[in-house]
Amino acid sequence: MDARDTFDLTTGRGLIACPRCDALHVEEELQPGETARCIRCGGVLAKPRGGAFIQLIALSFTTVVLMMGAIFFPFLEISRMGFGNATSLFGVAMAFADGVLLPLVLAVMAMIVGLPVLRSFLLVYTLVPLAQGRAPYRHAARAFRWSEELRPWSMAEIFVIGTAVALVKVAGLATVHLGPAFWAFCALILVNLASRGFMCQTTIWDAIEDAGLRTDGREMAQGRTP
Amino acid sequence: MSDQPVMTAHRAGLIGCRSCGRVWPEEQETCDRCGADLVPPDRRGLQKVWAWWLAGLVMYVPANLFPMMRTQTFAGLQGSTEATILEGMVELIHYGNYDIAVIVFVASVIVPLAKFLSIAWLAMVAGQPATVEQAHARLKIYEVVEFIGRWSMIDVFVVAILSALVQLGFVASIHPGPAAVSFALSVAFTMLSAQSFDPRLIWRGLPLRSRTGHEGQD
Repeated sequence: MDARDTFDLTTGRGLIACPRCDALHVEEELQPGETARCIRCGGVLAKPRGGAFIQLIALSFTTVVLMMGAIFFPFLEISRMGFGNATSLFGVAMAFADGVLLPLVLAVMAMIVGLPVLRSFLLVYTLVPLAQGRAPYRHAARAFRWSEELRPWSMAEIFVIGTAVALVKVAGLATVHLGPAFWAFCALILVNLASRGFMCQTTIWDAIEDAGLRTDGREMAQGRTP
Repeated sequence: MSDQPVMTAHRAGLIGCRSCGRVWPEEQETCDRCGADLVPPDRRGLQKVWAWWLAGLVMYVPANLFPMMRTQTFAGLQGSTEATILEGMVELIHYGNYDIAVIVFVASVIVPLAKFLSIAWLAMVAGQPATVEQAHARLKIYEVVEFIGRWSMIDVFVVAILSALVQLGFVASIHPGPAAVSFALSVAFTMLSAQSFDPRLIWRGLPLRSRTGHEGQD
């Protein structure tokens, strides 16, 4: 902590607290490719990547397009003794749709389809103005925070592993074929991984802040040496 | 990562935002940058952890007692079988699908139980004296619990896929059982419990100055 003019211990200006262990750090601009780690717990604080915003926007659109295919194309096909059944994702959800289990249908559909699509839209809403160097939309901060909070609840990749288990369980009972929607889902996992690699929350928060949103008078604060 | 005492936002009379990392004066209640509520790192937050933890444990009981799904072959002429989580696993082993049995066993028995134990332990030792090494170990456990929690949903998805797929009329059909709902709820509640845990509490018990020979207890 030697750059005395860049932070202020009374207002918190120019400081960052590690969300995992509360250690204080002085905020610094990082070059793309650099990584900032917490001095105490070693967690990554920031890891900006060049051109990340454009990549994230593109990957979000990819997610939505793939998800459309994943919903409406058949997912798995099954046949035994002349009886056949092909199911799309909607079929999977509708299987639970008899009365009591309706809430579970909604939850499952939300986790597999709804949340990944919603997160894509929130991310595009946040990042498009930032990537163009304009001021962010009015609710950008809220949109990005929701997108981050919903992250653990979007479970497309778990669903794919579930499919593998289901395939084996049903293999003795009937013949099963994988439909195009299954491969769309596998592609979604790769897109998701790529998106995670480009994502750096600290950089995006800084961009939202620096682009003029929520000025709060901290510019007026007097620097004080600790 | 030295043993030197570290300046934290709390010690400096400030409060850090858990959502975006921005630091504010202690009396501030919401983060002006991201809009999240600012929560001080104290043990009051543990109430929420325990509440969700208990809810998850309660739902885990019916999830194991009731059938996960009902299989009907030849319109019930060959009998319909109901399988709980454990019975389904025994069946998989019976047919020689050991690898899938292992996946199901890990996802629906080992992971939930380990999660209950880890969260309870983390919440109990949170804020108590600890050494730096212990704190690092606890943070590691917390990260694993947070990462792995969602994977228990596999079993729910398997039941959903099977009951949508195996609707072959007369020949065979599969219907979800009540355990599917309670298992899904149990997983969701434990995820919420893990999310309510504030990892900053792990570090609250570290000595202010590094005193040699002073070992934290747990």
